[in-house]
Amino acid sequence: MDRRGLVSVLLAAAIVGAPVAPALAAGEDFIPLLVYRTGPYAPSGIPIANGFVDYFALLNERDGGINGVKLAWEECETQYKTDLGVECYEKLKGKGAAGALVVNPYSTGITYQLIPKAAVDKVPILSMGYGMSASSDGRWFPWVFNFPTNYWSQASAVVRYIGHQEGGLDKLKGKKIVHIYHNSPYGKEANPTLDELSKKYQFELTLLAVDHPGQEQGATWLQVRRINPDWIFMSGWGVMNQVAVKEAASKGFKMDHFIGNWWSANDADVIPAGDGAKGYKGATFHAPGTKFRVHADIFKILYDKNKGAGRREAVGEALYNRGIVNAMYTAEAIRTAMGKFGNKPLTSEQMRWGLEHLDVTEQRLDQLGMKGFTHPIRVTCEDHEGSGPVLIQQWDGAKWEIVSDWMAPMRDVVRPKIEAAAVEEGKKLGYPMRDCSKEK
Amino acid sequence: MVEWQFTLLLLSNGLLIGLMYSLIALGFVLVYKATDAINFAQGEFVMIAGFVVAVALGAYGAPLWLAVPLGLAAMVAFGFGLERVMLRRLIGRPIIAVVMATIGLAAILRGVGPLTWGAETKPLVLPISDEPFILGPLFVPPIQLLGASVSIVFLGVFGWFFLKSRKGIAMRAIADSQQVAMAMGINVERYFALAWAMTGVVSALGGVIWGSMLGVDVHLSLVGFKVFPVVILGGLDSIPGAILGGLIVGVVENVAAGYVDPYVGGGTKDFAPYVLMILALMIRPYGIFGKRIIERV
Repeated sequence: MDRRGLVSVLLAAAIVGAPVAPALAAGEDFIPLLVYRTGPYAPSGIPIANGFVDYFALLNERDGGINGVKLAWEECETQYKTDLGVECYEKLKGKGAAGALVVNPYSTGITYQLIPKAAVDKVPILSMGYGMSASSDGRWFPWVFNFPTNYWSQASAVVRYIGHQEGGLDKLKGKKIVHIYHNSPYGKEANPTLDELSKKYQFELTLLAVDHPGQEQGATWLQVRRINPDWIFMSGWGVMNQVAVKEAASKGFKMDHFIGNWWSANDADVIPAGDGAKGYKGATFHAPGTKFRVHADIFKILYDKNKGAGRREAVGEALYNRGIVNAMYTAEAIRTAMGKFGNKPLTSEQMRWGLEHLDVTEQRLDQLGMKGFTHPIRVTCEDHEGSGPVLIQQWDGAKWEIVSDWMAPMRDVVRPKIEAAAVEEGKKLGYPMRDCSKEK
Repeated sequence: MVEWQFTLLLLSNGLLIGLMYSLIALGFVLVYKATDAINFAQGEFVMIAGFVVAVALGAYGAPLWLAVPLGLAAMVAFGFGLERVMLRRLIGRPIIAVVMATIGLAAILRGVGPLTWGAETKPLVLPISDEPFILGPLFVPPIQLLGASVSIVFLGVFGWFFLKSRKGIAMRAIADSQQVAMAMGINVERYFALAWAMTGVVSALGGVIWGSMLGVDVHLSLVGFKVFPVVILGGLDSIPGAILGGLIVGVVENVAAGYVDPYVGGGTKDFAPYVLMILALMIRPYGIFGKRIIERV
């Protein structure tokens, strides 16, 4: 190609490419949103993404952003696929005036792939309640956060809840608990913790794997029938959840003794089973429903003006509210960082500091219109998980209701496991261990 | 539950689920038998049918007696339309063109379904109980019994159609050689349209049965993956093969899940049918009942 031709091609490329670039103002904080609105997991991905977008839009519309700095975001479709997630991250990490402040991968697989990149690119990862449990130890994983709680803490909190229901943890002796799990690294996360707890409390634990996608679980549920467990805990995902709930109902299992983890207790998991799902329980770290002030603001400022991201009636679904909580943590970390670095657009390193010093108190939740919506959380250099407690919600045939107090995780069991795993995983990545006392 | 009862339940569950796989596989076999085309969008046909029926029931409050025929009519129209708009242009082209077209179609349908009707899971409730029938040592879920019964009836009807009816024989002639069939005065285009419409009927039935079990969302298309080991085991062009292939896959899956998975931590249920499929390809590449093609070279 001659020089004139080359210039023409470059000019054409510039003209064609120009409108594709998002209009990002220099004075904004940019957050990439890795979403899955398409593909087999879209029924779960859409409410999360809508909750996220609605909360950020609310802050911009109602408050003019955070301390005068507007929030900017761009969605990138991952279809819950790891390769697409990494591609999205690479595409968006450099966008915005100072690059991406934080990335929420929304997939354990994507999180695992991004962890080695986080320290190199200096983009913090917030894998809220998913991802690598070992990354809860901030001394080894300064760029990764998984507050307010992780899979291991969740498993221990669920066992504590079961113990409460049985009249005390000592009453677990001799009980049969089955863990039905998605046969993937995510699904297996709780197994070592449950195994340790089964020895400590002398309950009989059976682990039953369900292969992806889990549409046909007849054999699994025949095994459940053979074992005749007292309780079932499930770490499922996607279609596996709805099939399991239907199978349990059709086999006549006591639904109030069947507890899903927080990725197995969304509206889509119970609706297909109809009345059979009544009584099914799920772990969560935030309330369902729309009775909080933040929802009233979302309706008034966004949905009444046709600015909502999704359907009005989907506001308040379990996963929609999870998106709100995630966006709230992100926004509060920005606010925390601004407290130190000033009310101006932040860098990702400043954002990391904000995440590590996040302290969302009861009073702050009240100010945000979220009193009782989620639990206060405090993140530290050592503890990127916050060891947040867990609620149990129950499906009444039409909606989820909270049926427990906040159940504290068994920190005495979980934290030593996290620290041991962090050493192992941190060394694999060649990370040094931070001395947090020098950073205070 | 004693061991022999557990084994018996695994086998009965495998047989019933296998027949439901056969129903989906039947749609695949119908198209292949009549047009020599491999339809990679079979699961997506089932999904679209499920959407139509679930939306008619849920969003429009239609009674079941209306929603199911509506789903059948919509899928027949879809089959005719698809043939007219897309597949007719591919007649006489290399088989790979049809394969690629159906792969593309599958991707489009996976997008169009949720885009048109919403991505959230829709219930498709049939007026049957979830309580299993207890037949001696067996527990039989009513939905599986219904699915298996529908499969047997339609497998029988289509088996008769291809063996005995004039149209069925014409379709087999077309599958053997489109050029010769044309030369004999058979209207190939019309029979192609009929084959795709018949697939639409089977997909609609599959959509109702599987949609009732799983709920209706884009996941429903994943049942299409079960088709491949079934038809390769049974034979791509054989209706009895679809039945036998489905039964084998159903039983193998259940036995693997019941007896092997607990010792290896899962994973065998899904790959066991594919191991069988590979073995079948090595030993009997045309399947158990598939037509052996002998070519002069």
